[in-house]
Amino acid sequence: MPVLCSSCAEKRAVLKRPKTAHSLCKECFFWAFEEEVHQTIVSAQLFKHGETVGIGASGGKDSTVLAHVMKVLNERYNYGLKLLLLSVDEGITGYRDDSLETVKRNQQQYELPLKIVSYEELYGWTMDAIVKQVGLKNNCTFCGVFRRQALDRGAMMLKVDKICTGHNADDVAETVLMNVLRGDIARLRRCTAISTASEGEGVVPRCKPLKYAYEKEIVLYAYFKKLDYFSTECIYSPNAYRGHARTFLKDLEAVRPSAIMDVIHSGENLSVREGVKMPVQGTCGRCGYISSQALCKSCVLLEGLNRGLPRLGIGKHHRLHEKILSQQPLTQEEERKLKAVDF
Amino acid sequence: MCQVDEEYNGQLEHRVTPRVSKKCVKCKENTAVLIIRAGDAFCRGCFKEYFIHKFRAMLGKNRVIFPGEKVLLAVSGGPASSSMLSQVQEGLSRDAPKKLRFVPGIIYIDEGGASGQSMEERERAVAQLESVFRATNYHYHIVHLEQVLSLPSSVLEAGSSATEKPQTGSSYKAAVDQFIQTKKNQHPDFSVENAQSHLSSLSMQKVENGVTSPITPEHTQALQRLFASVRTLTAKEDLLYTLRQHLILHTARTQGYTKVMMGDSCSRLAIKLLSNISLGRGASLATDTGFSDPRYGDVVIVRPMRDYSSKEIAYYNRMFDIPSVFIPGLDTKAQDKASIQHLTESFVTKLQTDFPSTVSGGAVMVWGCVTGRHPPPSCITIPAGSS
Repeated sequence: MPVLCSSCAEKRAVLKRPKTAHSLCKECFFWAFEEEVHQTIVSAQLFKHGETVGIGASGGKDSTVLAHVMKVLNERYNYGLKLLLLSVDEGITGYRDDSLETVKRNQQQYELPLKIVSYEELYGWTMDAIVKQVGLKNNCTFCGVFRRQALDRGAMMLKVDKICTGHNADDVAETVLMNVLRGDIARLRRCTAISTASEGEGVVPRCKPLKYAYEKEIVLYAYFKKLDYFSTECIYSPNAYRGHARTFLKDLEAVRPSAIMDVIHSGENLSVREGVKMPVQGTCGRCGYISSQALCKSCVLLEGLNRGLPRLGIGKHHRLHEKILSQQPLTQEEERKLKAVDF
Repeated sequence: MCQVDEEYNGQLEHRVTPRVSKKCVKCKENTAVLIIRAGDAFCRGCFKEYFIHKFRAMLGKNRVIFPGEKVLLAVSGGPASSSMLSQVQEGLSRDAPKKLRFVPGIIYIDEGGASGQSMEERERAVAQLESVFRATNYHYHIVHLEQVLSLPSSVLEAGSSATEKPQTGSSYKAAVDQFIQTKKNQHPDFSVENAQSHLSSLSMQKVENGVTSPITPEHTQALQRLFASVRTLTAKEDLLYTLRQHLILHTARTQGYTKVMMGDSCSRLAIKLLSNISLGRGASLATDTGFSDPRYGDVVIVRPMRDYSSKEIAYYNRMFDIPSVFIPGLDTKAQDKASIQHLTESFVTKLQTDFPSTVSGGAVMVWGCVTGRHPPPSCITIPAGSS
């Protein structure tokens, strides 16, 4: 007796949904997935009619599915959005150059305009060169900080109103767990927000339409829709701290599949006691980007890289910002602490 | 060998090996016997001082225990709660400087019915613990988990607090005065000294150990049926925790205790924190894992062992012969992925070895900063940057 789809009860079920363990046929699963993303967008009021929206596209499964679903929903529900693809080239050989080919193919498949910004042209450093200087630990910090700024710069070049990224439920849950483990209160408050602040000059708000979509479901969707995506891990990721949170989350999901949503729910309901010092948003003294310190993080990181002091961005260094801004040389003691760790 | 030295004498560098026998970092006289946290070596005497001081400082900093108050110590027999019991004894003993002043009672919940132990095993554990309790001369209660099935439903309601809770601005002294005032109104000739003599006279008599009704096999079966109806181990552990809390609360209310001390250590609370997040209980994080839990109104739960890591407790118990009894629980010898709580426990302990500040640094910071008040049910857009 073949198992029938629990939604339409007509066709045979071809998969079991990781989120709810329902057995569904292909069309019902597509419909359920797309409908949930639509509900997320509508209830959070992420977009306004007539906006230009940049989709952060890396060529991986999340951004490919995001581009596809955005296109489908834009037509089906008349969002009236102008969509385009925005891609960042970090300069990781064997990973990013291959995935960029996928993005170029996506551009043709979805007929969306594409813009690629690279670290080389923005900062003068590729990730490979950075890893050579910094070492194998703490390099995700560089990549992440630079990429945020690169996305914003690219968006401003294209005059985009909003950026949307393919962060899924697993990503948000991992971030919550990671911030709890590191005791990072400031980020803990902000990381479950579905979209970033929208006021201020030179700031393009970012949102995560796939926030409540499980990673496993995204993979299933891409597989059944036969979408073209690039599926290799970043070669530097095995040493990241996030790996611990990820393994834990995967184990949690094995015990109880709803744990991912529960973690996100917990993160959303945390609130911070008054009197706890929160960072205040200002602007960077050097480049004018938004920052909570005197210098924005990417300026600090770049300064460290250019001077051969790669640990300048890692750890606490607020007191050195004034020195850097005014171009004073650092003392011997400070320089010694900031050099790369010898392996 | 001699030849090697002669030939390369000038070129060989001597690597500085780390010294194994260090001096205690506090008194700098005696040799250290153990290392706490990230490299603080203590000698025996300084460690004892440090341990005792932390307990007193915890109670002194968060001033919630009033002198003369009846405090119920929840002892499970494990190392942390046994350590807490010995610290309370230490603090209340006559020769301690700045003696702690409250009236302690002990409660032990026998959970053997839920974890499937036989009657003999349970009686053995109870007998062992009773001998420990008798040595303390405090009033103790031994309650079987089966009694939770016959609790009145009023246990679920939060009682109103006995004293008018003063605002956080007013002083501890005012709160203590108010407390004594209320007590005086209840018992006209009550005083702190009376409480102490009352307590000692109680211990002279045969101590009633709180088994109000002997449990029958039917009770045990009813309890086991309840637990068998819960399908996942995660939910079972959750249920056990809730039932235990209700029993302790009920005993505290009927016997007139206004505070309950739980022996949760820092490591245990870090695990609880992460499991609660994984279970979706982020909103109540502060009260579940913070120092004091005022949600029940008339009974406040405090956790004085909150700053001790399980390593410190284990060393202290070993070095100063603190008796503790191991009683197997629901998840003893379970696989890693059997329940969320068990999984979290193995995750945190493993992470602690790689990143020693996980338990104390990361988790503690979160507790310190999170409050129980959560915003009204909000839509998904939480505008970031708005306070």
